[in-house]
Amino acid sequence: MSDERTLDLLEAKIEELRQLNSADGIDLSKEIARLEEKLDHLRQKLYANLSDWERVKLARHPKRPYALDYLQSAFEGFYELRGDRVVGDDRALLAGLARLGGRTVVVLAQQKGRTTEENKERYFGMPRPQGFRKARRAIQLADRFGFPLVSLIDTPGAYPGLEAEEHNVGATIAESLLAMAEARVPTLAVVIGEGGSGGALAIGLADCVLMLENAIFSVITPEGAASILWKDKDKAKEAASALQMTADRLLALGLIDGIIPEPLGGAHRDAAKTSAALQSELVRRLAELEVIPAEDRRRRRDARYRAIGRFRPAPMRDPEAPAAPEGAVRD
Amino acid sequence: MSLFKERQYVRIRVDREADDSLWMKCKACGELVFKRRVRENNNICPNCGEYFFLTAGERIESLVDPGSFEDLTAPIVTDDPLGFVDSQPYSDRLREAQEKTSLLDAVVIGRAAIDGVPVILGAMDFRFIGGSMGSVMGEQLCRAMETAIAEHRAFVLVSSSGGARIQEGMFSLLQMAKTVTVRRHLAEAGLPFLSVMAYPTSGGVQASIASLGDILIAEKGALIGFAGRRVIQQTISEELPQHFQTESFALERGQIDRVARREDLRDELALALGYFVEAR
Ligand SMILES: [Zn+2]
Repeated sequence: MSDERTLDLLEAKIEELRQLNSADGIDLSKEIARLEEKLDHLRQKLYANLSDWERVKLARHPKRPYALDYLQSAFEGFYELRGDRVVGDDRALLAGLARLGGRTVVVLAQQKGRTTEENKERYFGMPRPQGFRKARRAIQLADRFGFPLVSLIDTPGAYPGLEAEEHNVGATIAESLLAMAEARVPTLAVVIGEGGSGGALAIGLADCVLMLENAIFSVITPEGAASILWKDKDKAKEAASALQMTADRLLALGLIDGIIPEPLGGAHRDAAKTSAALQSELVRRLAELEVIPAEDRRRRRDARYRAIGRFRPAPMRDPEAPAAPEGAVRD
Repeated sequence: MSLFKERQYVRIRVDREADDSLWMKCKACGELVFKRRVRENNNICPNCGEYFFLTAGERIESLVDPGSFEDLTAPIVTDDPLGFVDSQPYSDRLREAQEKTSLLDAVVIGRAAIDGVPVILGAMDFRFIGGSMGSVMGEQLCRAMETAIAEHRAFVLVSSSGGARIQEGMFSLLQMAKTVTVRRHLAEAGLPFLSVMAYPTSGGVQASIASLGDILIAEKGALIGFAGRRVIQQTISEELPQHFQTESFALERGQIDRVARREDLRDELALALGYFVEAR
């Protein structure tokens, strides 16, 4: 998004004028207002009708607030619990206790790195078996003490590697899913950036699933789909649309429960505002879930997932046509 | 006698081309082998022992007591909820797969007995878009487990799947959550789930239902893993061991309970099921 640079420059210019305005006592308010109008106009033009691919880029934007940013702003007192008790501690999937609206919750948070160094430590936000085992432990801890569970999802997917396979990453995802299906406490999941495949879903089986406005949630990355189905890496844009991975599409398909609005131009344009919106929505949804008796809540969650899928009756056989031979089976 | 003689709800043209020839060339040893010998031998090359794919029907026939299988596969097809088109419309891919396999989707479920033990059995068919799990497979597996609960039977699933059905987008990813949810109900009902992993058990299927069996049995020659070899090599330029994601790789690393040869799988299941029957 090269237009982003223009936005950045305008914003910097306005800020500069504001400081001059207050420092020198010169009245620049007309000039500031003119530039702000221009800025608004540019934002509208750029962001009012985002394409699916532009949303993918916003969801992955390097300045986008990450889970730890929200943990510091929308939550209080994040008390991290580390380690899977077997081989190590995953830095791409964090777990801990925190307070949300004054009460204790357990948080699962997928965390990308800002710098090369941090990304090395966090595997670019791709959790490994250590992370999914830790998640399961944290879910069970929440359930034991009746703490609601909040998942902040932001990952390109589980880390694909030899060591991950040696430690059975697939089974650790399955076990994390099962722990979430077992939980009797209220569970909330929010996709804050990228919801990449099984690695994201592993902590996303919840009573209430939300997405930030420019987040994505998909069975595969657009690039992966492009190379597998189109056999052409340059078809990622087409794949992004075809897969219907944006929040508005998924809400329309009935697969998520709500969308948390972002400032025009994306969450990073006003992180504090985004965080406040996230917090109030989490508090509101949690209050809704908590009035439901635990067994009913879990039954409702079961029913929700049981109902997911789109199919129709198979076309009836034409009575005129000869009986279909069964090719799958020998006589 | 066909196992599926009762099914007649869909008009399917069956491609018999492969059956017209008497001989086939083994892709492993290159030998020309008599096709009928191969079929009578559980689709194993009589010359070198290579396993060829079993269709869902062949798999079921190889495992159940003769005449005991009753097809419970629901007559449903995917709704193509995204209207998905890549290099080819999903609806075309589906029709091709249905014609090729004479199945409606990639899994067959039913009642059966294995050595006299009543079970609900599911078998995936890799020929059908790589045995991938979309809305229909998720639904069939849930119905299978629910029937097992209602009839107090064990559940046996033979997986052969590349993972999620990409063409159904999030509907397919969420089948992982759906099947895991119903798997929990099966556990709460105290019924055993024997998960057989055949070639291949990977992606979203391995990362959900297939890994959650009470007992995990790999067929010899299986591939078991989450991410594909190619994906891993693209991400890390690391050399992968020769037997990466094979049944022996999985067994050595504690990922599965047992390994069985194809010709022994029926006895293996009968043996395992016996312990659960005695306990009741
Ligand atoms: Zn051979």
